[in-house]
Amino acid sequence: MSEAHSGLVAHQFETAEQQRETANLGMWSFLITEVMMFGALFTAYGFYRTKYPAAFAAGSDHLDYLMGAFNTAVLICSSLTMALAVQAAQHGKRKGIILFLLLTILLGGVFLGVKVLEYADKYEHHLIPGIHFSVDSSYAAQIELFYCFYFAMTGLHALHMIVGITILGILVALSHRRRFSTDYYNPVEMAGLYWHFVDIVWIFLFPLLYLIGRS
Amino acid sequence: MSAHKIPARIYYLIFATLLLLTMITVEVAFYDIGILSFPVALGIACFKSTLVILYFMHVRYGTGLTGLFVSAGFIFLAILMVFTLMDLNTRDWQVQPDESGISLAAPFDHGYGIGKQLR
Amino acid sequence: MSNTVAAASRPEPDNNYLTAGYGLKSWLLTTDHKRIAILYLIMISVFFVIGGLFAVLIRLELLTPAGDLVSSDTYNKLFTLHGLVMIFFFLIPSIPAVMGNFLIPLMIGARDLAFPRINLLSWYVFAIGGMTTFAVVLFGGVDTGWTFYTPYSSTYSKTAVGLTAIGVFITGFSSILTGLNFVVTIHKMRAPGLTWFRLPLFVWAHYATSLIMLIGTPVVAITILLVFLERVFGVGIFDPALGGDPVLFQHLFWFYSHPAVYIMILPSMGVISEVVACFSRKRIFGYGFVAFSSLAIAVLGFLIWGHHMFTSGQSIFAGMVFSILTMLVAIPSAVKVFNWTATMYKGSISYETPMIYVFGFLGLFTVGGLTGLFLGALGLDVHVHDTYFVVAHFHYIMVGGAIMGYLAALHFWWPKITGKLYSEAWAKLSAIIIFIGFNLTFFPQFLVGYLGMPRRYHVYPDEFQIFQVLSTAGASILAIGYAFPAFYLTWSLFRGKAAPANPWNAKGLEWTVPSPPPKHNFDTIPVVEEEAYDYSRLEEEVV
Repeated sequence: MSEAHSGLVAHQFETAEQQRETANLGMWSFLITEVMMFGALFTAYGFYRTKYPAAFAAGSDHLDYLMGAFNTAVLICSSLTMALAVQAAQHGKRKGIILFLLLTILLGGVFLGVKVLEYADKYEHHLIPGIHFSVDSSYAAQIELFYCFYFAMTGLHALHMIVGITILGILVALSHRRRFSTDYYNPVEMAGLYWHFVDIVWIFLFPLLYLIGRS
Repeated sequence: MSAHKIPARIYYLIFATLLLLTMITVEVAFYDIGILSFPVALGIACFKSTLVILYFMHVRYGTGLTGLFVSAGFIFLAILMVFTLMDLNTRDWQVQPDESGISLAAPFDHGYGIGKQLR
Repeated sequence: MSNTVAAASRPEPDNNYLTAGYGLKSWLLTTDHKRIAILYLIMISVFFVIGGLFAVLIRLELLTPAGDLVSSDTYNKLFTLHGLVMIFFFLIPSIPAVMGNFLIPLMIGARDLAFPRINLLSWYVFAIGGMTTFAVVLFGGVDTGWTFYTPYSSTYSKTAVGLTAIGVFITGFSSILTGLNFVVTIHKMRAPGLTWFRLPLFVWAHYATSLIMLIGTPVVAITILLVFLERVFGVGIFDPALGGDPVLFQHLFWFYSHPAVYIMILPSMGVISEVVACFSRKRIFGYGFVAFSSLAIAVLGFLIWGHHMFTSGQSIFAGMVFSILTMLVAIPSAVKVFNWTATMYKGSISYETPMIYVFGFLGLFTVGGLTGLFLGALGLDVHVHDTYFVVAHFHYIMVGGAIMGYLAALHFWWPKITGKLYSEAWAKLSAIIIFIGFNLTFFPQFLVGYLGMPRRYHVYPDEFQIFQVLSTAGASILAIGYAFPAFYLTWSLFRGKAAPANPWNAKGLEWTVPSPPPKHNFDTIPVVEEEAYDYSRLEEEVV
C-alpha cells in the first residue's frame, strides 16, 4: 500500500492526485451522457422545427420571453457564484464555500419559482399538451407538438436543477462540518461542473424555445 | 492539489460577457434578418457555452484529455443531428416522371408536405 | 508483463476474494469488482435461461405451418420477450459486466475499478430493471417487438408497453454506469509502465464498447421515455395522426441500437484476441491494427444506423449515404478476422476448449458479417428486409459471434475465476455440439428468408416447412449443447481439481496472481516492462 493511503484516498487509488483526476474524468464522462440525453431531445426538436416552422413560431409566441431572459440572467449569476464557491474551496475558505453555495441555491430557487409561474400561466391558457390543450389554430396539433417539447425539455432541465440544489444543500452541510480542505474538495468541484452544465443547457433552451419568429 | 487557481477577475469578466451576450440574443431576435436569425441565435448560444466550458468549467486550464472528452460528446451529438436532419431535408428530392410516364419516384409520400404549406 | 509479481509469494489459500467474507450480506454489499462480476454472472445466466425458454416455444410453434401451439397474440409476445430478454438482459451485459468487471482491474494491474460503489449500484439498477421486466411477463407481456416501433407501441398496443419502457429505461442506466466506470478505469488506473500499446486487446475492446455505452445509451433512454410519455398523456410526438413522425423514432432508436450490436460483439472480439494469442503461442499479428479497429468499429457504428430504415420511409438519399457508410464497417471487422488468422499461421496451435470456441467464432462471425453486407446494400435489402434472412444474419453475429466469444471467455478464465478446473472432454464435446446445433438452426433460415418467408409470423405456407423443421431440430441440439456447460461447470465447483495460477501458461497480469485472486488483487502494484502477448519470451523461459 502506498504511503498516500490516508483516510481521504480510497483503497483503489495510489495518490490523492490520481483520485482527483479520476473523479474529474468520471464527471466529464457523465456529462457526455447528459449531452447525449438532452441532445436527443434537441435533435427531435430540430426535426419538428424544420418540418413545422410556422407552427413552432406560433407556439413560441405564447411564451413570455422576458421571463425567459430573466431566468437566463439568474442562471448565469448562479454559475458565477458556483465558480466562486469552487474557488473558495481551492483556497480553503470554508465560510466562502458556504456563502457562495447558499447564494447558488437561492438563485436556483428563484429560477424554479419563475418556472412555476410560467407553468401555471400555461395551464391557465390551456397549453398543457395531452391533458389540457386547446389552441384556436388550423395547425393546433403541430403547436401541441411544440408544447410537448417545451415541457419535456424544460421539465428535464428543471429536474436537473432540483437534483443540483439537493446536492449543493448536502455540500453546505458537509462544508459546515469541515469536511473539505485545500487537499480535498473533489465533491465541490464535481458539483460545480454539474451546475455549469445545467446552465449550458438553458443557454441553448432559451433562444430555441422563447425567441422563434419574434421579428 | 495541483488544480489551476484562476483569479476572480476572470470569472467576473466572463460573467459580464455572458450577460451582454444574453441581451444581444434578445435584441437580435426582434430584428428581421430573415433566415440568418436562427444561425445567429445558435451561434451566440454556442459561443456562450464555450465560454462557460473553457473558464467556469476550467477546461482551458485542464488536460488535453478533458478537452478531447468534451469535443467527443459534441461531435457525436452533431452526427446524430446531421444524419437525422439529412433524412428530413432530402425527402422531397424525388425523381420526376420521364416522357414515358413511368415515375421513378420513391413510392413514399406520407403527406410530409405540410411544412411547406405552413411556410 | 513483469514476472517478478510472483504468484507463489501468496500461498495462504484462505485469503482469496471468495473466502474473504461469508454470508449474503458480504455479497450483496460488496464493492469488490470480482464479486460484483459473480453477481452479474448469476443474474444473466437466469435471464439466458428465460430468454432461451421463449425461444423454445417459438421454435416449437414454427414446427408446423398451422398456428396450433400458441395464438398469434401469444406468439407476438413470445418473440418480443425473447428479443428483449436476450438483448437487454443477456447480450449487452454478458461479457462486459461479467468478464470485463472481473478482468479489467486484474489485466491493468489495479486494485479495483475506479468507482467500486457505482459498480455495485449498476448491478442493483440492472436487478431493478430485470424485476420490472419480470413484472411485464406477469402483467400479460408485451407485443411490440424489441424495437418498440411507433405508433404501434405508443398508441395502439394493448399490452404492457409502459412498464417495459420503464424496465428498459432503468436497465440503460446500469449499462451507462458500467461503461463510465470502464472508461475512467482504463484511462486512470493502469499500472506503471502499462502504456496504451501494451494493454491486452481485451481491454482495448472494452474501451471501445464503453464509449458506445456512454454515447448511445442516453439517446435510447430518452427516446423510450418519450414513448412512455406519449402513451400516458396521449400526445403525438411519434404519432403521424397528430403531426408526429414515426421515422424520427426509428432514427433515435437505431442511433443507439445499431451501435448496441457492437456492444455485443466487440467484447467478444477482445476475448478472441486473448485466446488466439494464448493457444497459438504467438504475439497477436498486427497488434496496433487490431486495437484501432475496435475504436474504428465503435465510431463507424454511429454513422450507419439508417441501414435499418431502408424500407420504412427514410429518404432515398439518406438511404444511399447510410448504405455506402455501412460498407466501411466491413473493413475494421475484416482486419480483425485476417489478423487472428495470421496469428495462427505458423503458430503452435493447441486445441483446448476456448480455442474450439474461437474456431467456431471465426467461421460464424465471417458468415454473419458478410450476410450483413447483403443487407446493407440498398437494393438487395428491399428483397430480403424483414425476412428470415435478417433473423439468420443477426443470430450468426449475436449467437454465433457474441455467445461463442462469451463461452470462450467463460472456459478460458473459469480456472481463474473459481480456482477450479473443469472437465476438458465434456467441454470440447459441448463446444462441438453447439457449433453443429447452431448451424443447423440458423443456416436454413438464410434459405427460407431468401425464398421470401417474412419474420414474426406464426403461420406460414407449407413449402417452407422443411426449413423450419430443420431449424427446430437444430435448436434442440443447440439447447443440449448449452445445457452441458451448466452441468460440468457447476460440477467443477464442487469436484473439480484446484487450478494453478496459470493453467494455460498464458501471458497477462491476471495470470500472475493466484486462482482465485486475492481480495485486493495485487500485494504490490506490478511494474510492466514488456509488450502484451510476448509469448516468444515465455517459451524461452520455459525451455
